[in-house]
Amino acid sequence: MSNPITITIDGKEVQVEDGSLLINAIREAGVDVPSLCYYEHIDPPLGTCRVCTVEVNGRHQASCTTLARNGMNVVVHDDPTLHDTRKAMVEMLFAEGNHFCPACEKSGDCDLQGMGYELGVQMSRFPHLFIDRIIDYNPKRMVIEHNRCIRCRRCVDEVLTDDGKRVFSFAHRGNDTEVAIDYEQEAKLNEEQAMRAMHICPTGAILVRGKSLARPFGDRKYDIKGVHSGENVPMEKPLAPMGSNGEKKVIATVSLAGCFGCHMSMLDLDMGILDLVDLVEFNKSPLTDIKHFTKKVDVGLIEGGCCNSENVEVLREFRRKCDILVAVGECSIWGGLPAMRNMVPLRECLEEAYLHSFTSENEAAIIPSHEDIPKILDKVYACSEVVDIDYFIPGCPPSANHIWKMVKNILFGAEYSVVYPEFKYD
Amino acid sequence: MQPISLARPQLLNAIWAMHDVKGFLDDNDIGQLSTLFGVSAVEIEGVVSFYHFFHRQPSGKHTIYLNNSIVSEFSGFEEVKRAFEKETGATLGKVDATGTFGFYETSCIGLSDQEPAALVDFCPVVELTPQKVKTLIAKLKSGAPAITVCDEPKNNIRYTPGERAFILKDYQPGTALQKLGELAPTDVIQQVKDAGLMGMGGAFFPTGIKWEGCRKNASNRKFVVCNADEGEPGTFKDRVLLNTMPGLVIEGMALGAYAVGASEGIIYLRAEYRWLKEKIEQTLEDFREKNWLGDHIPAKQPFSFDIRVQLGAGAYVCGEETALLNSLEGKRGEPRTRRYFPVERGYLSKPTLVNNVETFATAARILESGPVQMRELGTKDSPGTKLISISGDCARPGIYEIEWGMHLSELLTLCEANDPYYVQVSGPSGTTVSMKERNRRLCKEDLVCGGSFMVFNKSRDLLQILLNFNNFFKHESCGICTPCRAGNFILNRKLEKLELGLCSLRDLVEIEDWGVTIKQNSRCGLGQLSPNSIIDAIHKFPEYFDSRVDKSGSRLSRGFDMERAVREYEEAVEA
Ligand SMILES: Cc1cc2nc3c(=O)[nH]c(=O)nc-3n(C[C@H](O)[C@H](O)[C@H](O)COP(=O)(O)O)c2cc1C
Ligand code: SF4
Ligand code: SF4
Ligand code: SF4
Ligand code: FES
Repeated sequence: MSNPITITIDGKEVQVEDGSLLINAIREAGVDVPSLCYYEHIDPPLGTCRVCTVEVNGRHQASCTTLARNGMNVVVHDDPTLHDTRKAMVEMLFAEGNHFCPACEKSGDCDLQGMGYELGVQMSRFPHLFIDRIIDYNPKRMVIEHNRCIRCRRCVDEVLTDDGKRVFSFAHRGNDTEVAIDYEQEAKLNEEQAMRAMHICPTGAILVRGKSLARPFGDRKYDIKGVHSGENVPMEKPLAPMGSNGEKKVIATVSLAGCFGCHMSMLDLDMGILDLVDLVEFNKSPLTDIKHFTKKVDVGLIEGGCCNSENVEVLREFRRKCDILVAVGECSIWGGLPAMRNMVPLRECLEEAYLHSFTSENEAAIIPSHEDIPKILDKVYACSEVVDIDYFIPGCPPSANHIWKMVKNILFGAEYSVVYPEFKYD
Repeated sequence: MQPISLARPQLLNAIWAMHDVKGFLDDNDIGQLSTLFGVSAVEIEGVVSFYHFFHRQPSGKHTIYLNNSIVSEFSGFEEVKRAFEKETGATLGKVDATGTFGFYETSCIGLSDQEPAALVDFCPVVELTPQKVKTLIAKLKSGAPAITVCDEPKNNIRYTPGERAFILKDYQPGTALQKLGELAPTDVIQQVKDAGLMGMGGAFFPTGIKWEGCRKNASNRKFVVCNADEGEPGTFKDRVLLNTMPGLVIEGMALGAYAVGASEGIIYLRAEYRWLKEKIEQTLEDFREKNWLGDHIPAKQPFSFDIRVQLGAGAYVCGEETALLNSLEGKRGEPRTRRYFPVERGYLSKPTLVNNVETFATAARILESGPVQMRELGTKDSPGTKLISISGDCARPGIYEIEWGMHLSELLTLCEANDPYYVQVSGPSGTTVSMKERNRRLCKEDLVCGGSFMVFNKSRDLLQILLNFNNFFKHESCGICTPCRAGNFILNRKLEKLELGLCSLRDLVEIEDWGVTIKQNSRCGLGQLSPNSIIDAIHKFPEYFDSRVDKSGSRLSRGFDMERAVREYEEAVEA
């Protein structure tokens, strides 16, 4: 160090180089701080995502755009609200874009997703915006998936042609801000340059045709462990485990607008399920085929969101009958794959499905409606938009271990930690 | 086309020049600019699409921008809009079938004292009524150029504190500049410091310290920039200053330049004030003739300085000083990261002094009248006077030069606000004030005001106001950082839910929590201040929100409305 200064990080004094980037200083001191847009080669740093926010002398600041100065008092983890703030930034990015991880080429290699795991994001506290965005197939080598772009600006600054021209630029402003690609310049990129663009993009927004699935799922960056350290995903513990009154606990489950995948996953516990039935009994559930509640239930597990009026009624009944409701899986948490239709007006969806599809006969085709069939809602609603939901278990589907660990924790206060391979959005 | 590269800072002007020809840029224009500036087409697109006065589709032979600020909304925006649509045949946001009129809405155009107001080919028309619109459009149709049918906006200077007026008083051009004959640059800074001048653009940073900082940064080239972007809805004081005393502002800039050692000045004039450009440029010309600008400005130390006017192109965020610098450099008006102050690295990475119009004008007055006189006015922490732009529900909207320290109630009486219920001080980014606070004082010690002062009476719906503000931020966010770009959109959804009567107490808590998240984590002042009014309003008007939220605490409902959710389906199957 040519010019050492002293700063305080979470109450500990450390020596760092004067004027070094705070984010690096913090990391060199052995303290983790998350980041998303920060990319070491880009100077000055972009400072767009705000995921690296820490407290500097009492004020929130992005650590990637702050220079370390003597005497700085930096809080990274000591104040838990800071962790929550960083989490909120990631949740906002999820809510703002249209991220369907199970259908995404980048899943497992995606920094946004990885950051979600790293911070233990179980759901976005913010309502998903479902803005209709395009997928641009015009570029020669690339496909630009605007639904997934987090406007980090990396591509704008970093992807240049050999003659120094920008391939990407931001266009428009406000929530309409998007990356625009220059087709002419993009065509000048060679394969290697295009691949680099795909790699520096922290999400699945930049794809190179034919190359995006090169690395197999299961073998990807965030499949096994976190971005920075640790084996466990930091989870907010369910608060008060229910007291025991000596009786078996009662569970109910249901699949609303879901694919039964979450229920299949519940069964994936294999032999473990035998242990489980010693501890709990199942009431209304497709697993027992009990159609109606016969008693008060401790925990209701909800798969799927609400896409029609019946889903809403069933969900409300679950809320009435269950002390605790858990949203299991992405569809239940925020709409998931069925919510792909939320970007398109309902009428268009219905007309496409029933009137203009290949199999519909011209004259006879109608949009089904009858007093006995449920009405389709204007969009797919997250369960938490309809009733109060107590806990969320992400995944598409969540792993069996994740589900039952959490349920056992809720019911019996059992030891509770979820390792990275169990915590997934896809 | 010559394949030479033009310097990037000329991009905005180059776009304007092309844009003026036909009211939009076509692909060919973009290609030409790309060649001229030696950058990719997408980069030009990026700049063009950032500023809302630049179009990529035809915007009509005549282009009309109707102001959609809240004061306009309350003064008849809807009926005036309908009148424009009827007379021009163009629906809002579009061009009519003949291509004659393009009709758009735009954020505050600095005429809140004469709403509803609009710009027609960048010429102002004020106090619009359906009848007035009809006559106006008829004249345009008959071939009259906009300049001949537009209005000369009134200055509406309603109040000055008589003998104690410091800014709005008789102006003898050159008086301040003359003082430079006896003063060294450091003396000028000392006087500004002694007077206790603070920045009038809203941040109230001590001007003397800023000038000193800029002076201390050694460089072969420095700049002085006058921030005439005045975009905060409800503010129009800079408009009146530039309209009545452009010379005073120019003198202030020259003093600043002398003080910090700069020889180049730029006035960044918002495009909404394009109608003032000629007057300012004429004044600059007069100054040059008198040797008050140029290479031989009489002063104790050798001093050369000149000023040009740079026109903006419609972006509120460009009032933020680092966004302004980017805009001056021909880029998208995105604020920079806070790594350097402009006085360290500003325009073209050179030390740059950025001050507000009123700050420069006041600085000139300090040299004229002396710092002592200013100290005798106002309060200890905020000496002097302040120009306040009053609009909304009062009989006398306009400009008030008040001594810092005036009680809110006194100002409300002066402007004849008969039944005030709520005042928005310093614009949507500022402070929401209820009448319980009428005894508060406008000064640094209590309640600061950057210039905008909007009065609303009981008949106005608070939520409509908050939604208008939120839409403003949602639209004007530069879009580069997560909390401001996404957060304001998310808040918008919540406010809509509130409007539909579907919110519970928990939603109110969330609105506030999320507002704080946006405030704390946004990159620049726009995001940091954007949720202020919502958060304030929830605290200061609890009775209003109480009547609008579900307090049952039911776990069965999170504001889901079945009837609404199935309406689209029912319509689709009926058809
Ligand atoms: C979103 C935003 C908009 C602003 N708009 C203006 C403006 O229109 N005019 C202005 O003088 N200052 C504006 N400011 C403040 C400027 O960043 C800067 O503080 C000011 O120009 C400095 O001059 P002063 O010290 O003389 O006030 C704005 C700030 C923000 C964050
Ligand atoms: S993997 Fe990443 S980019 Fe793809 S949908 Fe998920 S979060 Fe979005
Ligand atoms: S395309 Fe990728 S790299 Fe570019 S801004 Fe979007 S997320 Fe960032
Ligand atoms: S706070 Fe808003 S205006 Fe400021 S940098 Fe962020 S997005 Fe842009
Ligand atoms: S990593 Fe610091 S702002 Fe994105």
